[in-house]
Amino acid sequence: MPNVVFKVGDDVSTDVIYPGRYMATVLPTETPQFAFADETAFNAKLKAKQVPPGSILVGGKNFGCGSSREQAVSCLKGHELIIVAHDFARIFLQNGINLGLRMIVCPDIDAAEGDELELMPEAVVNKTSGKQFKVDPMPKSRQIIIDAGGLIPYTRKRLLEKPVVA
Amino acid sequence: MSMTVAEKILARAAGLPSVKAGDVVEPKVDLAMSHENAALVINQFLEIYKGTPLPSRIWDPSRVAVIFDHRVPAESPKTASNHKKVREFVGAQGVGKFHDIRGDVGGICHQILPENGYVRPGYVVVGTDSHTTSHGALGAFAFGIGATEMASVWALGSVLNVEVPTTIKVVVTGRFKKFVGPKDLILHLIGKLSAQGANFKVLEFHGETIRNMSTSGRLVLCNMAVEAGATAGIVPADEETARYLREEAGVTDPIEPVLPDPDAAYESVVEVKVSKLQPQIACPHTVDNVKPIDQVAGKKVNQIVIGSCTNGRLDDLAMAAKIMKGQKVAQGTRMLIFPASAKIFRQALGKGYVGVFMQAGAVVMNSGCGPCLGIHEGALGDGEVALSTTNRNFKGRMGNPNSEVYLCSPAVAAASAITGVITDPRKKQASQV
Repeated sequence: MPNVVFKVGDDVSTDVIYPGRYMATVLPTETPQFAFADETAFNAKLKAKQVPPGSILVGGKNFGCGSSREQAVSCLKGHELIIVAHDFARIFLQNGINLGLRMIVCPDIDAAEGDELELMPEAVVNKTSGKQFKVDPMPKSRQIIIDAGGLIPYTRKRLLEKPVVA
Repeated sequence: MSMTVAEKILARAAGLPSVKAGDVVEPKVDLAMSHENAALVINQFLEIYKGTPLPSRIWDPSRVAVIFDHRVPAESPKTASNHKKVREFVGAQGVGKFHDIRGDVGGICHQILPENGYVRPGYVVVGTDSHTTSHGALGAFAFGIGATEMASVWALGSVLNVEVPTTIKVVVTGRFKKFVGPKDLILHLIGKLSAQGANFKVLEFHGETIRNMSTSGRLVLCNMAVEAGATAGIVPADEETARYLREEAGVTDPIEPVLPDPDAAYESVVEVKVSKLQPQIACPHTVDNVKPIDQVAGKKVNQIVIGSCTNGRLDDLAMAAKIMKGQKVAQGTRMLIFPASAKIFRQALGKGYVGVFMQAGAVVMNSGCGPCLGIHEGALGDGEVALSTTNRNFKGRMGNPNSEVYLCSPAVAAASAITGVITDPRKKQASQV
């Protein structure tokens, strides 16, 4: 069962997730090294591959607010982190869906670093504290992109089905 | 059916007689803007076509704008190579609205779009920049998207699966006191709503204060609407919008405002009276940590920044020059000024503002995003404090997580440059103006 490897508070901006000074780096193969670059202890763990894929990052309200930089998603996706947050900022949420980052909206989530969580479609169970928290499902309009494997395959399919008229 | 401005624009763009909040639509895009991150958009765009027999052509290159502003001139070989890649791509695709690193037509994307008349009332505008909300100042529905979403827009000419947002009606009344203006209003409003208060919603601005406000001021409001989480900020177009587009942007074709129906359904109504508003300061490290200036006056400041897509326009520079004329930047404080576009820079030169700033000891930089996002220049040292007219004060924003950024109006920034501490321009200026 996955563990919470990092916990952050409310209004964590994409400047914190992926600092602006690394924005010239755009390739998803290169961005993961700068994930939470200024949270040096966590960043060092990520770079040392001490965080197993499928580990959980717990966020507060408005996770990913601020800049639309997609590196803030690709850097987390590169480590195969799962984000469980109270809620997400709009652009980050959409970018995450588009790139296939696993995100769970869990408005009351309460978990500490090291806690073990069971992720179910309708609830998150904190195995360490024994508490269960309701999950807000993604609206159908977003789930359909997730199910397609992200926005690139979704757009490709659309393009092949229906020609574009300028 | 009665509709808000956002609902009307999305209904038209989706080819529907009406829409309501919560509907999922596919609006056609009137203008798609990117900056340096077009380098990533290009990668994703080409990826879409992989394994298909289709040619990778932008749906309508005349509707695409690419503006270099985030790292100009390039600070590294990596950035320069990204610029080169984008330059070659837009050339090959025939993108019409390309603004390279130039002293005639260059500048910050959110100034280049309005001043060239690229945005019109009723447009759907998307941009790979969160401050794309700015363009709602001209009565458009303008919102920020990521690079992959933009790749999809370049391919299809529309945005897939857009949920029509609810709208908060913001009614602003009263006259600003001297040295108080649009920046103080929007900081106050963000403090009131919180950084999440308008998440997934639109802020539609109304009231006599807005009607009397210049387009430059309206751009400040809509620019920072995103700092309350808003999808878009909109000022319904009026005579001032038409005046700006005709006189300042050189638009000659018809301008058709999109106005809300009188009985449109708003999620809520927020009323703000500005008559007694003091200068406002957003304190570290969130934009909604807003205090009236008397609570932070006297704080020592190492770096003053005036500029950006928020407050780098001619009226901002005029205000700063009025306060700085004949004065000196305090010892131990440095002052950086970057006009929002090359055009504004030239206007500021013509009016003598640049001379005033330089004689005062300020460094006037080329137009671009400059120090605002800590990529390129004007980084802060450990423990240093910046006071800036930009739009974000997140931890690390100006390039150093061990520094602090306070946000304010141009008047407060200029008054504080002279004293070296956060200063109320009304008090500073009592004996001078």
